[in-house]
Amino acid sequence: MSSMESTNLTITTLKRMFGEGKRFDGRGLLDYRDIVVTYDVSNKAEGSARVKIGKTEVIVGVKLAPGTPYPDSLDKGNLMVSGDLLPLASPRFESGPPGFAAVELPRLVDRAIRESHMIDLSKLVIKKGEKVWTVMIDIYPLNDDGNLIDAASIGAMAALKKTVIPELDENGIVDYEKKAKKELPVSEETAPISISFFKLGDAIILDPTREEEEACDTRITFGISEWKKQYMINSCQKSKPVSLTEKEILKMMEILPEKFEQLNKKLKKFL
Amino acid sequence: MTAHKRTDGRTATELRPMIAKVGVIPNADGSAIFSFGDTVAIAAVYGPRQLHPQHMQDPSTGILRCTYDLLSFSVYDRKKPGPSRRSQEISKVTEWALAPAIDLVGFPNQVVDVQIYIIQADAGTRTAGINAASMALAHAGLPMKDLICSVACGKLDKDIVVDLNKDEEDFEGGEGPTDFPIAKFATSDDFTLMQLDGMIQPERVKEVLEVAKEACKEIYEVQKKALKEVIE
Amino acid sequence: MKNKINEVHETEEIEGTSEEVKKRKIVVPGEVIVSGEDYLPSDGTKRVGKDIISNRFGLAEEAGRVIRVLPITGAFIPRRGNTVLGRVIDITFHGWLVDIDTAASGFLPIEESPRFISKNEMDQFLAIGDVIAAKIMGVKAKGIDLTLKSRGLGKLEDGFTFRVSPNRVPRVIGKEGSMINMIKEKTGCNISVGQNGWIWIKGESTDNEIKARNAIEFVTEKVHGSGLTEKVEAMLEK
Repeated sequence: MSSMESTNLTITTLKRMFGEGKRFDGRGLLDYRDIVVTYDVSNKAEGSARVKIGKTEVIVGVKLAPGTPYPDSLDKGNLMVSGDLLPLASPRFESGPPGFAAVELPRLVDRAIRESHMIDLSKLVIKKGEKVWTVMIDIYPLNDDGNLIDAASIGAMAALKKTVIPELDENGIVDYEKKAKKELPVSEETAPISISFFKLGDAIILDPTREEEEACDTRITFGISEWKKQYMINSCQKSKPVSLTEKEILKMMEILPEKFEQLNKKLKKFL
Repeated sequence: MTAHKRTDGRTATELRPMIAKVGVIPNADGSAIFSFGDTVAIAAVYGPRQLHPQHMQDPSTGILRCTYDLLSFSVYDRKKPGPSRRSQEISKVTEWALAPAIDLVGFPNQVVDVQIYIIQADAGTRTAGINAASMALAHAGLPMKDLICSVACGKLDKDIVVDLNKDEEDFEGGEGPTDFPIAKFATSDDFTLMQLDGMIQPERVKEVLEVAKEACKEIYEVQKKALKEVIE
Repeated sequence: MKNKINEVHETEEIEGTSEEVKKRKIVVPGEVIVSGEDYLPSDGTKRVGKDIISNRFGLAEEAGRVIRVLPITGAFIPRRGNTVLGRVIDITFHGWLVDIDTAASGFLPIEESPRFISKNEMDQFLAIGDVIAAKIMGVKAKGIDLTLKSRGLGKLEDGFTFRVSPNRVPRVIGKEGSMINMIKEKTGCNISVGQNGWIWIKGESTDNEIKARNAIEFVTEKVHGSGLTEKVEAMLEK
């Protein structure tokens, strides 16, 4: 795979194409590629999932371990989302200390999940004030063909839905080998995913390939979920130093709930 | 050799079921997955490509650079992200295991990067990693003398066995468990990886190498098949 | 649909080959391809005693007594005379540094521009970010020398670039250019194909440009067995 970035010619052409509502793979500007979700990536994890969006592939695993609660939430379990852009997934990812993209990705997924209250952390107390379950989500892209954040969020959400709470022995030590029966307490309502809008020139697109994503000027990612039968935006982060107009933002507010519904229909058969 | 009854019912010289697939990461120049039973390793090769920093460049030849690590959720006790001493050591011995098979003289100042990650760990991770990396290097079209095959041989008390699983690594009794991972050229008796932890009489090493050679023949067939099935 | 490569016996259109190709099979490094004193080891092979052994993963081909292994995967190996597409990444006193997607950088000396360029107008002729079609003059450890002094070479304006696997480029070009010429004709696009896998397309309309790219990517995907030309033609007629 080439490490040669997209040329200016390609970026200019994509701008023109998006202006005409066209993409190389024939999709509409707001269409997602085919999504496939499978499970049981690692039998050592309490929950795991593999998500493919087109050629983009991300694996996510969930581990649970007993820990101490945070001082300002003694009656709640902990949530921690980490991840790394392993050099495996792209010639652009380097070994060594994480670049900003590697720091941002797990943080965005974290906020989408945390703010949606998908996990009932109050049900993860082992001994109030002393011992709680810590839910640790780890995200690893295996192949980057664009839109890693959305793929990662779908993976995290799907993995959590299959996550079980391990058994504790008489001494309060986790017995990971014992088959766990208790499911992680997650909301029955529609779970959070992130939807990232990308902009090039005046065009707004969803689910870019790597080539398209590189050409885009700015990205804004929304975490969205269902709460008491309403769709709620739980998190949002705009990136890159190019502005969005008010009109564009309001347009996204129209598209977002429709898209969330469409995606959930697509994902239904996997969840 | 007594027919030692192993925890999973295998005979002493029986390998766990192997799965191998090549071309699993479209972005990589070469890639493969290899598993021994529940141990699953994925490898990606990028290169030859420019080597930075410049002071690491070798004007007489390209160099091979390997990274091995466990993914956090590959083990029961979650592994904190970031290379451990263990993974650094395994990265290095893996590089030494693969380098003799590759000919990088034609790529001065360049580097071939091999990334190996364990998605699910159940002993024999470095050997699964080497098997995956060997296929990935071939898939990347690099000039190679041979494929490299690797297996974790061992000894449980007095019995020489092949492809230890996790339970067997914790075996107790008698002479205890001995973990003896090796790697060799597929078509010749040249060994490129040899490590040992445990207890074994020098006279018995010959038996281990014999068992290793037989196991590697099977592994080679699996690697060849996976490579020949790639349609790219 | 997807024929396994090692069952294909047709004559694949390899540039420069006019010999009748006999048997082919996929081989791995270290594998014995044939055994016998009469055979001659060529690209990607070596003789060890009686055996001809493969030096790489690829398609072993027996043409007469000559055995060679053609790469089906792997990076582009730059050779003198190759046409490549690249992008200018720097301007020095002596020429332009060009990224041609190889481990060693490409370099276009100022003397190799198609007409006289003075040191002052270097960036007017080619600026950083510009895309060019060039020919490789020489390959050295420290770099690859390029030239623009030939027909069809020079700065590429408008259009777009994309990459295919370099090993598939002969298939994209076709026997004596048959495939690429058909695609150009049916889509009305200007197309420049680099041996390094980079391709440039410029068409009259977006739809034609998309068509041309899709046709080229179709050609490079997997193995098609026979009738590739007809399949592509059908695609382009739609």
